Amino acid sequence: MGKNDDITWMQKESREQAEFFVKDNTLVIQFNQDVDHHNAIWIREQADHLLEVRNVKNIIFDFSRVTFMDSSGIGIIMGRYKKVIFIGGKIAVCGVCDTINRILSLSGLYKIMECYPNVEEALKSV
Amino acid sequence: MEKQCRKESYMGILNQYDNEMQLEFDSRSENESFARTVVAAFASQLNPTLEEIADIKTAVSEAVTNSIIHGYEGKDGKIRIHCYIIGNEIGIDIKDNGVGIENVKQAMEPLYTTRPDLERSGMGFAFMQTFMDELQVESKVKEGTLIRMKKKIQTT
Repeated sequence: MGKNDDITWMQKESREQAEFFVKDNTLVIQFNQDVDHHNAIWIREQADHLLEVRNVKNIIFDFSRVTFMDSSGIGIIMGRYKKVIFIGGKIAVCGVCDTINRILSLSGLYKIMECYPNVEEALKSV
Repeated sequence: MEKQCRKESYMGILNQYDNEMQLEFDSRSENESFARTVVAAFASQLNPTLEEIADIKTAVSEAVTNSIIHGYEGKDGKIRIHCYIIGNEIGIDIKDNGVGIENVKQAMEPLYTTRPDLERSGMGFAFMQTFMDELQVESKVKEGTLIRMKKKIQTT
């Protein structure tokens, strides 16, 4: 990882659906496949495991590699939000394309989180 | 031009639709992406915009996920999709023989969900309604649910 040695990559072997890394106390979830109910089950399990073992306060959802999300994605975001809000954490999204942006706006999620162009910007702001 | 003269089938009966297709698959979550991709591919003959394709994919994904989670409650069953095209309109019927919905009106309320344990957001029907032009829900307890959706593709 070179200069990103402080970033711990998790679940390298399971990159098909999503990748996770923790930097300081922020968990970044990078979706690699359509965010639907099928993928949501696994992503939720992995994320919650990391929340427990890694002192995570903030979560960034990185959508830069995906173009599809249905209401299952809202479940993932809301579910994680409910977990970090109690410890004063924040959530954010980044790399959102037009179609996903529409879903996020419609569901009202922008009332509880900010959207950033990329992970770097999001990491700076949380 | 070809839209005016619908093809006659070999039985001599006029086809009701300009084009149609049917799909039947197991109620497994890995088929969600398969189902919406097939319907989107079928819809592509109407030259929809990327946004219209995304609308259709989302609506199909919501309906199929509902059948898998709520209709069949995660158990084995078959989901049937019937798609048809009339003029510049696509119709999508999605049917399951699951438990059915007791109170359709309540089920369709935004944010209403019977499965908060699965982190269902209760936005499924709201999305189907928003992204499609027409939505009809026919359901009978213990018999199943039929979702009928229609969307006009804007021709330029």
